[in-house]
Amino acid sequence: MLGSVAKGPYRPGMTGTTPGGGLHLPRYMREPDATRTPVGFPDYRSTGLRAPLRAPVDLAHRLTEVTGPVLGEDRVLPSDADLTLRNGGEAVGQRILVHGRVLDSDGRPVPNALVEVWQANAGGRYRHVVDVFPAPLDPHFDGLGRVMTDSLGRYEFMTIKPGAYPWGNHHNAWRPAHIHFSLFGRSFTQRLVTQMYFPDDPLFGQDPIFNSIPAAARHRAISQFSLERTVDNWALAFEWNIVLRGSDQTPFETEDDGDVA
Amino acid sequence: MTVNPLDVPDVTEPYQPLPGRSRTTGFLTEPLRLGTSPSATVGPYLAIGLTWPDGTWAAEEGVEGGIWIRGRIFDGNGDVVPDAMVETWQADPDGGFPSPEDPRGAASYPGFRGFARVATAQPPGEFAVHTLKPGRVPDGEGGLQAPHIDVSLFARGLLDRVVTRIYFADEAEANAEDVVLRGLPEDRRDTLIATPTDDGYRLDIYLQGDRETVFFAV
Repeated sequence: MLGSVAKGPYRPGMTGTTPGGGLHLPRYMREPDATRTPVGFPDYRSTGLRAPLRAPVDLAHRLTEVTGPVLGEDRVLPSDADLTLRNGGEAVGQRILVHGRVLDSDGRPVPNALVEVWQANAGGRYRHVVDVFPAPLDPHFDGLGRVMTDSLGRYEFMTIKPGAYPWGNHHNAWRPAHIHFSLFGRSFTQRLVTQMYFPDDPLFGQDPIFNSIPAAARHRAISQFSLERTVDNWALAFEWNIVLRGSDQTPFETEDDGDVA
Repeated sequence: MTVNPLDVPDVTEPYQPLPGRSRTTGFLTEPLRLGTSPSATVGPYLAIGLTWPDGTWAAEEGVEGGIWIRGRIFDGNGDVVPDAMVETWQADPDGGFPSPEDPRGAASYPGFRGFARVATAQPPGEFAVHTLKPGRVPDGEGGLQAPHIDVSLFARGLLDRVVTRIYFADEAEANAEDVVLRGLPEDRRDTLIATPTDDGYRLDIYLQGDRETVFFAV
């Protein structure tokens, strides 16, 4: 799997340059703090001893930051896109098709990008030695999926709707149903690990991980029911578009009075 | 003043009709911007989705010049973090990147992927990456950066990744010229500098405390 061949160049049409160097490098935008998940959040107790306490140092985007690994189809089998069929049988639970597009913040699709997902089973139990929630394991569900985005940045996988589950953060704490996502995009700067939620979950209000997202951005983490992609007599469907960082278009020297003839 | 017709304020209950002045042509006056998806913690069960049998091999086993970079992750109590994931990305020994995003063109170096992903599980809290020592890379300001490795660290208890760099203690001259290191307070540079070992280098990462590692906002 080493030395995989680079896919065709993806030129996100970025205009930024690093001053004076002759190398034309993209500048990736940074989400403002008002809509960006903080590293630490006091209500999520585990962040207390782990989230760094000093302010991070700004790192200009140079070659190491604007490049990234090419992780191709050799990591993905067709069967990785269907989590409902594992170990020779069918997983228990509500079948759902999860689909959407991976875009950058300029609205450009991110093609040929690896998407990795993992989740609890229908009863809210992970197949992991650390998970001791007394819900049954499902012999036909391991909770792992991998897909590549297509040339338009689209992805989809079939799974079962994960259950909510308790965790030890506070008394009677429950995680809303969610699917973990990991994406690389095309550069080190675009790397994203996140969680997708389902609409109208009554557990949102008491979940500090969901509420660590600033209120103005929480809707971006919630999928939408998509009737048009439901599979008749087979599966419901949820759509979730994922937006990675695009070009930094911070308007410097931009006239704001529209006096341009 | 320009008005972006897609810039609709959050509706806070009760519903308030927008004032009449918000009516515009409907055309965009600025480039489309989509809000980025918010980060979330990788959680305690990352091993289900993110385990790669070949994750540790940024450079193939047995490749000439292969080195091991090892270290431990510590939390604010000084305890090791046994459920983190470390990812590394770096140039090859010639300073090239196996990435089409490099404006100089994608480089190819035998046996080298440049990317590693490892858990800090065995022994608990420790990571180990097999790689080649990176070459120097232009800094975009007319100079060269010192050999370095970009690091992303993910864990339960971190709602976003934290980013740091690994430099090398036996590159003192290059380190002294490095644009990133030079921008740091002198007493904190050491938190990024790996020391030689029998088979490579070692650097421990401190999430908090007196020795808190320098983390970067990228």
